[in-house]
Amino acid sequence: MPTVPDPLPPDPHAMIRFSGVVKRFGDNVVLDHLDFTVAPGEFVSLIGPSGSGKTTILRLLMTLEKVDGGTIEVCGDYLSHVRKGDRLGRADEKHLRAMRRRIGMVFQQFNLFPNMNVLRNITEAPVRSLGLAADEAEARALDLLDMVGLSDKAQAHPAQLSGGQQQRVAIARALAMRPDVLLLDEVTSALDPELVADVLRVLRDIATSTDITILCVTHEMQFAQDVSDRVMMFDHGRVLEDAVPEKLFSEPGHERTRRFLRAVIDRE
Amino acid sequence: MNWSWQAAVESLPLLLKGLLVTVELTLLGSVLAYLLGLALAVLRRARIPVLSQAIWLFVEFVRSTPLLIQVFVLFWLLPSLTGFKMSAFVSGVVALGLHYASYTAEVYRAGIDAVPKGQWEAAVALNLPRAHVWRAVILPQAIPRVLPALGNYTISMFKETPLLLSIGVLDVLYQAKAVGAETFRVVEPYTMAGVLFLLVSLPASILVRRLERRRAHSA
Repeated sequence: MPTVPDPLPPDPHAMIRFSGVVKRFGDNVVLDHLDFTVAPGEFVSLIGPSGSGKTTILRLLMTLEKVDGGTIEVCGDYLSHVRKGDRLGRADEKHLRAMRRRIGMVFQQFNLFPNMNVLRNITEAPVRSLGLAADEAEARALDLLDMVGLSDKAQAHPAQLSGGQQQRVAIARALAMRPDVLLLDEVTSALDPELVADVLRVLRDIATSTDITILCVTHEMQFAQDVSDRVMMFDHGRVLEDAVPEKLFSEPGHERTRRFLRAVIDRE
Repeated sequence: MNWSWQAAVESLPLLLKGLLVTVELTLLGSVLAYLLGLALAVLRRARIPVLSQAIWLFVEFVRSTPLLIQVFVLFWLLPSLTGFKMSAFVSGVVALGLHYASYTAEVYRAGIDAVPKGQWEAAVALNLPRAHVWRAVILPQAIPRVLPALGNYTISMFKETPLLLSIGVLDVLYQAKAVGAETFRVVEPYTMAGVLFLLVSLPASILVRRLERRRAHSA
């Protein structure tokens, strides 16, 4: 990984900032010098055709992928770089662990731990990673289960739950870490249609009742329109359009956005 | 053929004594193979330079040479090179354990690879310490899947223990040979030894197959 010469100073007012981020998989350029910022507490939806790089943005933030160029900042600190003199070098695992504490992620496929019951799925990381006392972690988990409407499932195993219930547990699990940033990666895409509503209701709750910064990759356009402070339309690894939902959904500025929205809404 | 039931019955006490040794060898060898194989599989996955290649070399070496030669190396060559001498029994356990560890390591690897990538990613997202991810997330999912395969290796180990006759381990076959030398009747003790092997490995095979079927149902 080459060092980045002459980096811009971090922006202390942004929760997230991408600066010239490049990501390639082989010859395929997924993100092409991407720049954007997200303010603290914002709910930003990322929409666009598949392959446009939306999920990659979340995976980079979660440190599941590495950037090929440019920098990412979270809370004014470089995510995967450290300053070495006047240059930036690759951060070590210790730095990554410290940065990950600020970020939580919910996956399309839930990824609950099937060998643990619901309660332990939620308490495991607060205890093992944050060092919370077991009873404190448990109390926090039970509160969260109550919030997602699954108080009666604390002792159940993931395999005994529906997809929608599993996803709500996964949301509780991510929130138990009290992240500053929550990444939602197509969290309703793997669900049967009748289970989507409960998950979206929980997310609406979180969006309105907490000040967590949320980045949400979604194909649920109505949901995006209702809860987002901002919507970013991606195409070919670039931000095609970045606007408040009222503007982007009713009078999109690009023909490409218009076509995409028509295609998605027709499908629904 | 003049089969003597009396000779067959009279050979049994010594054979059973030998069978006990054979079972001990198999159980201790299995424990070693299970633990060492797991360590090899996990260490190899960690992709630590040099160590990874060293493990690969060890596994390939052990798999490409006959167990008998490895037994000789441990029992004859090692003491003359290093002055470190193990009894025949201990040499046997170590040889079986090392040999089968190279196979169980591959079994574990397959089990570990079968754990979905999403489990690792969720663990990263939750910032769980690496060692804890292995202990609490990956291995509890990987190991139950591979138990039948491990069981099969224990059964084949059991059937290979007579090899250790060559360094004087007092197993079933050694005792059969001893009975033969004493009574000049070889058919009965060897036949009975074979029957004893069958009586142990057949139920064990059925048990493993049942375990396999239960796994298939629960998965």
